[in-house]
Parts: sequence; structure tokens; C-alpha cells
Amino acid sequence: MKELLKDLTKRYGLSALHEQRPDEMFATVKKEDAVALITYLQGQEGFTHLVLLTAVDWIEDGQFQLTYMLNNPSKKVDLGVRVMLDRKDPVMESIHHLWKQAATYQRELKEMFGIDFPNSPRIDEPFILEGWQDIPPYRRDFDTKKYSEETYFPRPGRETHDPAEYMKKKLYPEEGND
Amino acid sequence: MTDTNKYRDKFPAKNPDGTNIIDLESHKFVKVWQGPQHPGITGNMALELILQGDEVMSCKTHVGYLHRGFEKLMERRKFIQCFPLVCRIAVPEPDFNEYCFAASVEELAGIEIPETAKWMRTLILEMSRLTSFLMWIGGQSGAFGLGIVGQWSNLVRDYMLDRFEELTGGRIYRMFILPGGVRGLLPDGFKGRMEETLKFVETAMNDIERTMFSNSIFKRRAIGLGVIDPAWVDQYGIVGPNARAAGVPKDVRKDYPYLKYPELDFDVITATESDAYTRTVLRAKEIRLSVDLIRQLLAKMPKDGEFMAKMPNMLHWKIPKGETYVRAECTRGEYGFYTVTDGSGYPRRVNVRGPSYTHAVALMEKLAIDCNIADTAGLMTSLHTYPPEIER
Repeated sequence: MKELLKDLTKRYGLSALHEQRPDEMFATVKKEDAVALITYLQGQEGFTHLVLLTAVDWIEDGQFQLTYMLNNPSKKVDLGVRVMLDRKDPVMESIHHLWKQAATYQRELKEMFGIDFPNSPRIDEPFILEGWQDIPPYRRDFDTKKYSEETYFPRPGRETHDPAEYMKKKLYPEEGND
Repeated sequence: MTDTNKYRDKFPAKNPDGTNIIDLESHKFVKVWQGPQHPGITGNMALELILQGDEVMSCKTHVGYLHRGFEKLMERRKFIQCFPLVCRIAVPEPDFNEYCFAASVEELAGIEIPETAKWMRTLILEMSRLTSFLMWIGGQSGAFGLGIVGQWSNLVRDYMLDRFEELTGGRIYRMFILPGGVRGLLPDGFKGRMEETLKFVETAMNDIERTMFSNSIFKRRAIGLGVIDPAWVDQYGIVGPNARAAGVPKDVRKDYPYLKYPELDFDVITATESDAYTRTVLRAKEIRLSVDLIRQLLAKMPKDGEFMAKMPNMLHWKIPKGETYVRAECTRGEYGFYTVTDGSGYPRRVNVRGPSYTHAVALMEKLAIDCNIADTAGLMTSLHTYPPEIER
């Protein structure tokens, strides 16, 4: 695994290598080289199982991190390929031609993070949300509490308690309401 | 295996890539929605089927009826507050979520859990597997018209839930696994009562197997239905019993040993035919294997000992920056949590990799084509999918 990464670093310029466990490594690759690297790993190095594809929002750095978790079933090792995208223009090349299920992951990422994968099948069809008007909800700047307060309204006749105050009153009634 | 193509009308014509050319305006096709409220659908999802006669020409999976945004909610909760959330991601088998999340958090925080806790975790995961399979076998037989099997298996499942209640206090959502270990030890007399329940499971399984596997209707409908080519396993991300029925011995318990599985004696069960019938037979064998593993665990595990590592104050617990992926074998295959932390008291991002994500969408959309509309429910159940883990 380490030799493979050394070789890949030379050819694809990997950075930020990190060994999480002996059988699990992470590495960052430039956006332009990512699909070439993943194709090479799948075709030549036996990383034939796409475990997951997801994104992390690093809002303070203005970046999205895409993580392609690849698994080599014969050597039983995992490699997490990280790709950093600019948060202002998040577009990434699609990998639906390599794995059939990748199109589903990409549809979800488009909907939840607003990361576009041009030419991926059914990419613009809503996956989970229907008729969503707001910013993509899994971005860090989407506030779930604010959204629900603005969108929904409390049903009349329902009391709301502050959990801490309520438990204090229930558990320690003798202390009073201070 | 019946050759349905023999009776096929010359319509519809095929695209060069093998997909059917569908023209709804031609009045030769009917669009039918199976779900979201339909007894033949596993949970809350919908299949948009286009039929010609009673054969499926195109299938699209629609999810989103159960979206509760767990992954987003977890980003605003302390690590300990996430535990009542993660168990709700896969309703019939919550313990795999708890284990994967706890293990990933422990790995990132550098916490070693005590030996007894490992034994207890293995036990509850196996019990959860058994219980979930019992629920599934009722669904599988029900989809082919054998309603009685579901009633038997749910009775047995209820006895298993009693054991869960005794062990953890909860029947459906146990929240037994916490970061650092588990919440308790085996209660007095648990082994004896568990053995009684296991014997009951075995008796019921004898009846169930006799009823299902020698029933000609079940055989006629399930044999040859939804055949998975072994070459698709990597292409579609197929894992667990669906892959093992196709002859690919993928089992996280053997391939990436975790907890106490290396100390247990078992073999990976595989088959070759890879149709709905084979998958059912394979899962019935998995039930027997689970019973055996629970017996082995109860015989080997220590009666007492430390079951919780020394943990910091949960309300002020901060985990250094890092990322990891932790997997376990659930009833449907590889289940995993990808957890990213940023040094604060909250997870930065949690992503759940559920096997249904690939089975119910990409694979189901392929397998349903050319299938009879009456068999789609049986096909879907034979893939063993749970919608909540698709939309988390």
C-alpha cells in the first residue's frame, strides 16, 4: 500500500497523505487528475469496489471536499481519494461510466451540496427533496432551525419547555424556580 | 426457469444500448406507481414502473418519503447526542449503526474499549442480525403469497425482542452501544432464557423452511427471478448475501475481522444460482449461522468485567481533527460510517454507507426490467432493502 502510494505520488502528485489504519489511507489529488487516478486504481490496481462518494463542506476555507472511498477486495485495503473543489463553482467530472451506482451518489450530491457533475445520468432530477427552493440543505450555511421556524408554525395548544429548565424543575422542585 | 421472451410481443423496440424504447403516447404502455404505500414495498419508497401487458419495461426508484436529515442533524449535536439519532437509520437492525458510529468515534479519539465490551457488542450485533432476518423472511414469503410464514417468524422475533428488553431495556431502539463500551452486562439467567429462545427459533425455522422451500408456488415464482451476474458485483457495488448468492464470498466478518469475530468458528456461506430463491435459501442458512454464533458467544464470553472504558465528560468531549471509515457486516452486507471531525465537540460530517443505497436504486432498476409486475414485490424483498438508509 505504501509503495503504491509512493508510485502514485510521483505520477499523479498526491498530497496530504494520511495513514488512518494500516489498511486505510487517505490522499488528496488535484481536481484535473482525479478521474484519471480513479480509473487507474480501478483498472490496474484492483480497487474495484466504490464504497462511497460523499462531500464535506469546509466553509471556512471556501472549499468542498469530495471523498471517493475505494476498496481493494483482494488486498483488503481502502483508499480515500480526496478532491478539493472551489465552493463558489463546484463542478466535478462524473465517474458514472466506471460504476453504475456512482450516478446515484452524484445525484444526491447535486441536490444536497449543489456540486454539479455534468453528463451524469438524471443528474437534474430531484432525488430526495421535491420542489426545493432554498440553498442546498447539507451546506454548512443552511440553518435547519431557522428554516423550520420560518417554514412551519407551532400548533395552537402546544406548550414548549426549555429542556434544561423543565428537567431542573422536575428533578429538583425544592430549589425553586431561580 | 420460464422463458418469458418466447411470449413477448415484438414491441417495444430496443435502443442500441439494450434499453427499451418507450413511447407512452402510443397507448401500448401503462405507467404504474408501486408505492409509497403498498404492502409489496419494503418501507416507504416507490417504484415508477412502465408496463407492457404485465411485464415491466422500465423501473425508476423514488425515495424521499422518509427523509429526516440525520446526517445534517448530527452536525449540530454533541457526539453523545448523536446516539439516539443513528439507531433510527435502519429500523429493524439499529445496532449496526450504533456500532459503526461508536467505533469510528473511538478510533478518532484513540479510545480502546475493554474486552468484555467487545464480547457484548458482538453478541448484540448477532442478536440484531437474527432478529432482522426473522422479520425479512416473513416479508419474502408474504410477497409470494405465503402470509402464514410472516406470522410465525414475527412471533419468534417477538421472543427475541423480549431478550433485547431484558438485556438493554429497549425492544426496538436499544442504544446499548455507547462510545467507550456498552451499557451493561448480561443479566442473571440470561444464557438459559436465550438458549430457550434459540431452540424456539430453530423449531420455527424447521417449519418455515418446510413450508417455503417445498412449496411449488414459491419455487415456481422465485426460481429464476432477478438473477444477479457475478460480474455485476463490483460494477453495481453489490455486497452481503446478494453478492454471496452470486458466488462472491464477500463478508466483512471474515474479510475485515472486527470485535470478537476472529475468535468464532464459522464459514462464509455462498451459493451459485443467484436468483430470488437462492438468496432466500442462503438467508435461511444465515439465520442458522446466527443462532450458532450466539451459542458460541454465550459459551465463550466472560460473565463479568469492565464494560466501559474511562471516558471524559461527554458534554465537553472534543475529538481531534481526522477522518475515518469503519465498516461492519449487517444483514444486507457492508454497512459503514464515514466520520469527519474538526477538533470541536461536534462531528463535522457523518456519511452512512448503507447497502440499500446501491441495491434498491441502480440494481433494482436493472433487475426489474422484463420482470412480471406480480413478481416485483418478491424481487425487491429478495434484495433486502431498507429505504431509511438510502435517504438518511
